[in-house]
Amino acid sequence: MEFFRFKRDIPFMSWGKYTTTISLVTFIVAVFFLVTNGLNLGVDFTGGTVMEVGYTQSADLNRVRGTLAKIGMSDASVQNFGTSRDVLIRLPAKPEISSAQLSEIVMTALRQDDITVEMRRVEFVGPQVGKELVENGALALLVVSLGIIAYLALRFEWKFGVAAIIANLHDVVIILGFFAFFQWEFSLTVLAAVLAILGYSVNESVVVFDRIRENFRKMRKTSVAQVIDNAITRTMSRTIITHGCTQMAVCSMLFFGGEALHYFALALTIGILFGIYSAVLVASPIVMLLGVSREDLVRIEKKDKDKDKDKDKEAGALP
Amino acid sequence: MNRYPLWKYLIVVFSVLLGILFTLPNFYGESPAVQISPLRATDKADTVLLARVEDALRKDNIPINGMFLETVGIKVRFADTDTQLKAKDVLQSVLGNGYVVALNLLSDSPQWLTDIGALPMYLGLDLRGGVHFLLQVDMKGALSKSLDRFSVDIRGNLREEKIRYKGLDREGSQIIIKFGDTESRARASDEINKSYDDLNLREQDVEEEFHLAVAIKQEALKRMQDSAVQQNIITLRNRVNELGVAEPIIQQAGADRVVVQLPGVQDTAKAKDILGRTATLELRMVDEEHDVSSALRGQGHIGSELYTERGGGPLLVKKQVMLTGERITDAQPGFDNNNQPAVHISLDSNGSRIFKQLTRDNVGKRMAILLIEKNLKEVITAPVIREEIPGGRVQITGSMTIEEARDVALLLRAGALAAPMDIIEERTVGPSLGAENIARGFNSTLFGFAAIAIFMTIYYLIFGFISVTALGVNLLLLVGLLSILQATLTLPGMAAIALTLGMAIDANVLINERIRDELRNGVSPQAAINAGYERAFGTIVDANITTLIAGIALFAFGSGPVKGFAVVLCLGILTSMFSAVMVSRALVNLLYGKRRKLERVPIGQVWKPASDKR
Repeated sequence: MEFFRFKRDIPFMSWGKYTTTISLVTFIVAVFFLVTNGLNLGVDFTGGTVMEVGYTQSADLNRVRGTLAKIGMSDASVQNFGTSRDVLIRLPAKPEISSAQLSEIVMTALRQDDITVEMRRVEFVGPQVGKELVENGALALLVVSLGIIAYLALRFEWKFGVAAIIANLHDVVIILGFFAFFQWEFSLTVLAAVLAILGYSVNESVVVFDRIRENFRKMRKTSVAQVIDNAITRTMSRTIITHGCTQMAVCSMLFFGGEALHYFALALTIGILFGIYSAVLVASPIVMLLGVSREDLVRIEKKDKDKDKDKDKEAGALP
Repeated sequence: MNRYPLWKYLIVVFSVLLGILFTLPNFYGESPAVQISPLRATDKADTVLLARVEDALRKDNIPINGMFLETVGIKVRFADTDTQLKAKDVLQSVLGNGYVVALNLLSDSPQWLTDIGALPMYLGLDLRGGVHFLLQVDMKGALSKSLDRFSVDIRGNLREEKIRYKGLDREGSQIIIKFGDTESRARASDEINKSYDDLNLREQDVEEEFHLAVAIKQEALKRMQDSAVQQNIITLRNRVNELGVAEPIIQQAGADRVVVQLPGVQDTAKAKDILGRTATLELRMVDEEHDVSSALRGQGHIGSELYTERGGGPLLVKKQVMLTGERITDAQPGFDNNNQPAVHISLDSNGSRIFKQLTRDNVGKRMAILLIEKNLKEVITAPVIREEIPGGRVQITGSMTIEEARDVALLLRAGALAAPMDIIEERTVGPSLGAENIARGFNSTLFGFAAIAIFMTIYYLIFGFISVTALGVNLLLLVGLLSILQATLTLPGMAAIALTLGMAIDANVLINERIRDELRNGVSPQAAINAGYERAFGTIVDANITTLIAGIALFAFGSGPVKGFAVVLCLGILTSMFSAVMVSRALVNLLYGKRRKLERVPIGQVWKPASDKR
C-alpha cells in the first residue's frame, strides 16, 4: 500500500505568502483569545480546592449546590465530571477555614444529605504553591525553547534553530489559544503535554531540515526554493504516517483515558495537527526568509570532514 | 552488508530476556496483607515476634497465605480483605501499643523473582489511592515562640543580677529593653552576651531612654529552622506510626517543607486531623496576684493572659512557661480515682526534676495545664498543688470524654511540633478512583498499541510487522526499566507510556520510508535496506534529542505527577532508540541478511512515478 504518490514536487515555497498570512492570522486570533478570555487555569496554578465525589445514581447537581449553600459555600462551582454520577466541586481558597478542614466540612455536609456519596479525590493547592508552579512552568518552557535552539544551531545552523522554535512556539500559542477560546481547564498535565509537543513537533522540522541539508549537497544546480520543496515533498509521506500513528495512541487516550487524561490528549491532538502544518508551512518559509543558502550548510559539512570540530561550532553560530 | 556480528544479536537477546524477567512481577497482581513493625527503632522484628503473630492468628482460626520476616517488619498475606481486616484487629489487640499493625498489599509474584530484586512497578498515589500532603513549617511562628522564650529568660537574668530596666517589649523580630542610664545598659549587655551565644545586641538612644535591641543571629536562625524541620519530621513520623500506615514517606522537601505520603489510607479525615493538629502542652502558674474581673474589663496585666478553663470560669494565667510538651515521654488515656476520664503523662528526667521543683516551690498555689491546638489555647484544668510530686508522673483530669482523653493522649504521645506547620498542598485519591486510573492508563496503552500494530502491518507488511515487534520490545524494556528503577508510576506516567509508543514508531516509519525511497530510486534490495537504516539513523537521533530536552526540562521543573510523566518520557526515548534501530535491524538481518539474491523487499507496494526520472 502506498498512500502518497507525488508525481512532482509540490511548490510549497511559492505558497509562502498565503501560508504566512494564514499562520499570522491564526496566531493573532489565538493571542486575542488568550488576552481577552485568558486561560481557565486549574487549581494547580490558582490555588484552591477541588473535590471529586461519586454517587451511586445520577447526581442532582442542584441539590449538591443547595447543600453547599447551606454551609456557606455558595461560591462553589459544581459540575458533572465524566459521568452523570460523578461530581466535581471547585472551592475557592477561604482564608478563615483551614484548607485541610474545608474538604472534610463539605464531605460531612454531603454525607448528611446522601449517605452513599463517596469521596473520590481531593486536591488542595495553597496560593504560594500555585505561584511556584506557574513560575516553574514558565521556566521549563524557556529552558526547552533555548535548549532546542542551541541543539539545532549546533547541529545545523542558527537559522534553522530560530525557524524551528518560531514554528513550534506558534503551535504552543495556538494550543493555548484553543484552551482560552473554549475555556478548557489548563492544568499541570496539560502543561506537560504542551512541553512534550514542543519537543515532539521539533522532530518534524528536524526531519525536513535533514533532507534540506542532504539536498543541498546533492542538487547543486537547483534553487533554494526548489531544494526545500523537494525535501518537504519527499518527507511528506513519513510525516503523515508518523503523526497518524502518534495520533492513534493519543486517540486511544482520548477514548479510554477518562476525564483525567481528556485535556491532556486534547492538547496533544491540537499540537500534532498544527505540528504538521507548522513544520511544512511555517518553519521552512522562515528558513527561506532568514536567507538560508547552500554555503551555510555545505561549508559546515566540509569543515566537519576536515575534523575541525571546534571551528565547526563557531561557523555554525556565524550568520 | 546486512549482517550483524554475533555479539550484537547477543545484546539484543540478553536485553529482551532481562526485560521479560523484570516485567514479569507486574503480571501477578497483589493480595491483601498485614504488616507488623515495631514502633521503636530499638525493637527488632524477629523470629520471636513471628511466633507470637502466628500463635495469635492460629488461636482465632484466621487462615493465612504466607508469612515473611523482613527488615521492615513481618508481612502476613491473606486470601481476602475480610480476613485481612479481622487479622489486623486481632493482632493489634494482642500486640498492643508497641507495634504498628498496618494494612498493606503484597505482590503475588513468586519468591525467586523477589529474591533477584525483580519487583512490580512502584505505583504513585493517584493509582493506588492515598494521601499526599505538603506541609510548610511556619518559621514566623517558630521565631515568635523563641523570642517569647528569650524575653522570659532575659527578664529572669536581669532580675537575678539586679539590673534595673524600664521595660522589655517585643517589636517585630526584636526584643527592645529600655534602660534609664547607660551604666545599667552596659551591665545588661555584658550579662546577655555572657549567657546567650545566639543573640545580637545593638544599642540605640531614643530621646531620654537608652535602648538595647536584641535580635537572634542569622546563623542561629538557620540552625533553628533546620532543627525545627528535623524535629517536625520525627514528630510526624511518630504520628503516622500511630495511624498504622504500611509504607509512609516522610521527607524534607526544600528548606522549610515536608512531604508526607500515606499510600492506601482510607480514612483521610483521621489522617488529616492527626497530621494537621499541632497539639502540645504547656504548664504555667495561675496568676493569683491580679484580679480576674479587672482583666475581664480590659485592664490586663503584661505578665499574664486571660483564659477560660474547660467547664469553668475565666482564669488569669502567667505568660511564663514552666514546662512544655517536649518533656513528655508517654501519655496514656485512663481514669482517675473518681472514675473520671484522665490522661496519664510521664515526663523525662529533666522534666521530672523541673516538675518536682515546681510543685515543691508552689504548694498551695494553682497550676494551669494548657492544651495548644493550632493557634487555639485552652486551659484543660487548673488544679491546686497539694504536695511535691516526684517521679515525673502527672495526671490530667478535666471535663473530658473518654474519646477526648484518648485523642489528647495520642497527640501528646506523638510529640509536639517544634514549629507550627500548615498544609499547603493536598492530593487525596480514593481507592476506587486509583483502580479506575490503572484501568484507564492500561486501556489507553493497549488500544493505542493495537491500532498502531494493525496499521503498520497492513501498510508495510513484513517490515511493518518487524517494526511492531520492535515496538513491543520497546514496551517490554520500558516497563522492565521502570520496575528495576522503582520509579514512581503515575497516571500521567502511564499516559507517557502510551505517548512514547506513538512517538517511538516514528523511527521505524522513517526507516521504512527511507528504504522505499531508495527502492524507488532503483537501488538493489539489500543496499536499500542498508541505506535506509544508515541514513535514517542521524535523523532519528536528532529528532529524539529534542524530545529528550523537553523531557529533562519537565523533570527538572515539574512536580509530582508531571515528574512521573517526564521520567517515563525520557526512559521511553532511550529504549525506543535501542529497540527501533538495533532490535528491528537485528530481525531484518536475521531474516534477509543471508539471502544473497533478495529480489524484492516485503515492505508493501513501492510506487514509482512514471515520468519523473531524477
